[in-house]
Amino acid sequence: MSELRQIAFYGKGGIGKSTTSQNTLAALVELDQKILIVGCDPKADSTRLILNSKAQDTVLHMAAEMGSVEDLELEDVLKIGFKDIKCVESGGPEPGVGCAGRGVITAINFLEENGAYDDVDYVSYDVLGDVVCGGFAMPIRENKAQEIYIVMSGEMMALYAANNISKGILKYANSGGVRLGGLICNERQTDKELELAEALAARLGSKLIHFVPRDNIVQHAELRRQTVLQYAPESQQAQEYRSLANKIHNNSGKGVIPSPITMEELEEMLMEFGIMQSEEERLAAIAATDAQAS
Amino acid sequence: MAKDHVGGSEDYEALIEEVLKAYPAKSAKRRAKHLTVAKATEEEPDATTGIASKCDTQKSNIKSVPGVMTIRGCAYAGSKGVVWGPVKDMVHISHGPVGCGQYSWSQRRNYYIGKTGVDSFVTMQFTTDFQEKDIVFGGDKKLAKTIDEIEELFPLNNGVTIQSECPIGLIGDDIEAVAKQKNKEHGKTMVPVRCEGFRGVSQSLGHHIANDAVRDWVFDKEDSDAVKAYEPGQYDVNVIGDYNIGGDAWASRILLEEMGLNVVGNWSGDATLAEIERAPKAKLNLIHCYRSMNYICRHMEEKYGIEWMEYNFFGPSQIAASLRAIAAKFDETIQEKCEAVIAKYQPLVDAVIEKYRPRLEGKSVMLYVGGLRPRHVVTAYDDLGMVIAGTGYEFGHGDDYKRTGHYVKEGTLIYDDVTGYELEKFIEKIRPDLVGSGIKEKYPVQKMGIPFRQMHSWDYSGPYHGYDGFAIFARDMDMAINNPVWGLYDAPWKSAPEAIAAE
Repeated sequence: MSELRQIAFYGKGGIGKSTTSQNTLAALVELDQKILIVGCDPKADSTRLILNSKAQDTVLHMAAEMGSVEDLELEDVLKIGFKDIKCVESGGPEPGVGCAGRGVITAINFLEENGAYDDVDYVSYDVLGDVVCGGFAMPIRENKAQEIYIVMSGEMMALYAANNISKGILKYANSGGVRLGGLICNERQTDKELELAEALAARLGSKLIHFVPRDNIVQHAELRRQTVLQYAPESQQAQEYRSLANKIHNNSGKGVIPSPITMEELEEMLMEFGIMQSEEERLAAIAATDAQAS
Repeated sequence: MAKDHVGGSEDYEALIEEVLKAYPAKSAKRRAKHLTVAKATEEEPDATTGIASKCDTQKSNIKSVPGVMTIRGCAYAGSKGVVWGPVKDMVHISHGPVGCGQYSWSQRRNYYIGKTGVDSFVTMQFTTDFQEKDIVFGGDKKLAKTIDEIEELFPLNNGVTIQSECPIGLIGDDIEAVAKQKNKEHGKTMVPVRCEGFRGVSQSLGHHIANDAVRDWVFDKEDSDAVKAYEPGQYDVNVIGDYNIGGDAWASRILLEEMGLNVVGNWSGDATLAEIERAPKAKLNLIHCYRSMNYICRHMEEKYGIEWMEYNFFGPSQIAASLRAIAAKFDETIQEKCEAVIAKYQPLVDAVIEKYRPRLEGKSVMLYVGGLRPRHVVTAYDDLGMVIAGTGYEFGHGDDYKRTGHYVKEGTLIYDDVTGYELEKFIEKIRPDLVGSGIKEKYPVQKMGIPFRQMHSWDYSGPYHGYDGFAIFARDMDMAINNPVWGLYDAPWKSAPEAIAAE
């Protein structure tokens, strides 16, 4: 067995992290890899497509039911899904109460201590939204994920989030050993999306690992609680995910320490692409409309 | 043992310099702002003490330097330990993990009358004992359950306060909503207090937060039985900021009652919730611990028009002056009775001074206490002929240092939020005859061969307030300073060779 590889998927909320990661991991199995998915989101929907159902027994809910996390057994929470992919969800509180970040820390410690990482080749963390607090940075700390893959798109806020996540990686890159594996662009069909994604990747000192085109088949599969790999293994989209899986598999040890940019630099970049107007341009535009109106 | 005594203001300035040398430049610069010597001032001397000096030249109430040993507490300590904890007929929940409640169990010798566990709960510990799952999923449900259990097990409680520990603020629990809900269900006062320990630089902010909780969650409840049943009288006063350490409030109350005043509330030593509820109906607020309760006095003045005044019941000269100042707020009958009270206790005062002054005359004292006593007890020492060499506050503010100028003479060493190292060095160099501070200072000082009295807990003695308290105070100081044990400090074998040679 090769050495355990740990990766994590981060990105803005709603960008398609869970969908992309599950499809990619389902493709990775075809490369004879044994995989464990750790869902680090209180909504516990990071393994839905692999398990073909929403995970009910999350680490934290089971622990709360039994009294404490010490009373919990690994079998209680470890589920086997599509092509023997192992799945665990950390779970957490309903929105607006408690501390989900602490929950992630508790869950990951539990998994490590109870041997969940034995006998797998890959551990993949799927982490909610932005790195909002220390708890959600847990997978990028020392001895956890070696490479982080940021799922993003050509939208301004997705680019912004990608840059922010890079800041989080940079913070832990020197103390731990975490690296930015690269960006995965999940197509939103915004203007010059591929170019923008490549430009941001270059600015961060990284690369665009893969550009995943938009295809409605992903929706069809998702509605059936399946990955495209399961729903339509021969489709073009399945090939895209296979290609992404291959690239990630061959990207081992090739991650970089990112060089995040400032908000101003990010805005400048968008202006260069003509997506955002500069102050002068906007004033000129307003003046033009005014002139037209009068 | 070093015997290189220093004394006088120039020596003290040099001493501060010397002590600061041990620090790295940046820390020395920051700490220098907290250490000073009382300066001369143009102001009129205080009418009672005849003293005027300038003590408010240094910084106070700011964050302690990381890495030094400070003995400050936290906001939770200020609210649960000081202001709310002594309220005897309410249950005070330490809301969060078990440690904060465990280590503040039993309170601060706030004496009270009542049956503990039946109608009074001061020395009991109630905690929600947070576990990991309460942090992750929030602790509101557990809090609600705890309140229900308290209601079932201790039905004679008159209300509950929720004293927040650090995690409550971090995970954003809505304790106010729980308090409102339980107030509806049980019909009793529920007080949520946001006194998370990480707030502020010392316990001082906790006092303020606790005062605000009284304002927001106790006052203005017109349907309260205590308020409805209350018949106001013209001599009604509240005593604010007397925590009844070792019975202090009782020794104070008798004096006020003997002069014809009606003490309707004592905050918060031996207090009931009713005393707090009806406080806004009184005629005058008498405030002893200004630091911890001036906030609520200012509020009562603004909202209900109740005048407030500071007073001092440490030592006979201040007691007499305070009694007269209080009486001056009322009519002649009170003023006459006030004189009668002072006259009545004069023989006691004379006897105490006659006995102890010769034994204590000229002895020097260094104090380091909380937010009131570093100035308030000074005159009790003065009355016994003792001299203050240095004093300082753990968590005093600028207004406390300003007031200190009415108590200590020019040339007194003043130290704010003093570090363990600084205080030890000051004591070693000054070698006073007595140090008055807390339990953490007691044993190092005694090991230096210097007599010590705890001035937070009265060293398990007290009361020290009032005339009765003064007699006990004088006895205790004498007992510490003139204890024969200090004569045995040098090891006998140090002088043994001479003895052997003589044989």
